[in-house]
Amino acid sequence: MSNLYVARNPRVAARSLDGDMMIMSGQDSTLFTLNKTATILWQAADGATPLEQIVQRRICAEFEVEPGEALRDAETLARDLASHGILEISEEPIIREGAK
Amino acid sequence: MVEIGGIAVRVNTLNADFLGMLQNRYAGFLSHSERAEIEFKVDLIDPGLSDGDRPVEVRHQRGVWMFRRGDFLAEWRPASRSGWIRQTANPYSIDAVLRIVHTLVLARQGGFLLHAASAIRNGKAFVFAGVSEAGKTTISRSAPPDVTLLTDEISYVRRQGDGYVGFGTPFTGELAKLGENVSAPIAALYFLAKGNENRIDPITAGEAARSLLANVLFFAKDEELVQATFHTAFEFVSRVPVSRLTFFPDARVWELIG
Repeated sequence: MSNLYVARNPRVAARSLDGDMMIMSGQDSTLFTLNKTATILWQAADGATPLEQIVQRRICAEFEVEPGEALRDAETLARDLASHGILEISEEPIIREGAK
Repeated sequence: MVEIGGIAVRVNTLNADFLGMLQNRYAGFLSHSERAEIEFKVDLIDPGLSDGDRPVEVRHQRGVWMFRRGDFLAEWRPASRSGWIRQTANPYSIDAVLRIVHTLVLARQGGFLLHAASAIRNGKAFVFAGVSEAGKTTISRSAPPDVTLLTDEISYVRRQGDGYVGFGTPFTGELAKLGENVSAPIAALYFLAKGNENRIDPITAGEAARSLLANVLFFAKDEELVQATFHTAFEFVSRVPVSRLTFFPDARVWELIG
C-alpha cells in the first residue's frame, strides 16, 4: 500500500490553456507540458490527499485502468515530476507554512 | 543617454573615443531627457583583462544585480537606479548589458524582449518571431517602402492598457540596420516558417504560448521574474492574435501583412 503524498511545488509557474497544463521551473526556466494523467495528478496534489486516494478517485474514474497498475504508474509519474521539481513527494502529509 | 522603449539609460564615461563610438552605435536612440531611469558608469579596462568565452551570467542578491560575461562585468542597483560596467572599449559589451537590463525592467512591467523582427504598417506593429535562420532578416529585407522597420532581430514589447506596444530597437541582426525609434500597438505575432508559398495558419493558444516562451530573451535565474515572464506570455497570447506565417523568401509575403 502506498503512503505517498504529493504537493505542487509553489516555486513553479503553472497555467492551463486549451486543456494543456504548462509548467515552468522558476529556477532554470525549463518549460513542461503535462499529459492528461500528469495534469490530473498536478491538480489533485494538495499535499494532504494520499496518492492512493487520488488514483482511486481521479485517475481510475477517468481511465479504464486496474487500480494497482494505476497506482504503480502514478508513483512512477509522481517521482518523475518530483525529479523535475514540479511536485514534492513525501511519506507524510505535506503541510505548508501559512496554508489553511 | 540611450532611450529604448521609453526607458532612458545614462551612460557615463570619461573616454571621448568610447563616447563617440556609443553615439554612433545608438544614433536615433539618443535622448536628452532630464531624468534617467538607470545610470551606468563605464570603466574601460585593458583588452588583456577580459575573460574569453565565459557565458553570460545574471544574478540577484540583496537588491543588487550582477551581470558577467567574458567581455564584461556589471552591477546594477535598482533602488538607486545606478550601476557600473567594467569592459573593454567595444560597443558589444554595453549592448549586452542594455539587453539584460531591459529584460529585467520589462519583466516587472509585463513586457519582454523577443527574438523577432518587427515592423509598422498602417499604424500597426507586426512581429515576426523565430530562431536563427527562421527568416527574420529575410522578411525585414523584403519589406516594401511603406513599412517602418522596428528591428530585424530583437523586438521590444511593452504592455499598454489592454494591449501591447512594439518599440523600435537598436539591437540588430544580420541586416546590421538599426530599427526606427518609433512604436505602435501590436496587431499580430507571426511565428516564421520558410516554405514554397505564402500563407497564414492558425495555431492553438497552447502552441502560441510555448513558442512565445521559447523565443523570449531572458537571462536571469530569478524565480520571481521567471514566473512573471511566464504569466506575461499567456497574457500576451490571450490579447494578441498569434499565427504561423509560412513564406517564400520574396516581397510578396507582405501582401498578407497589414
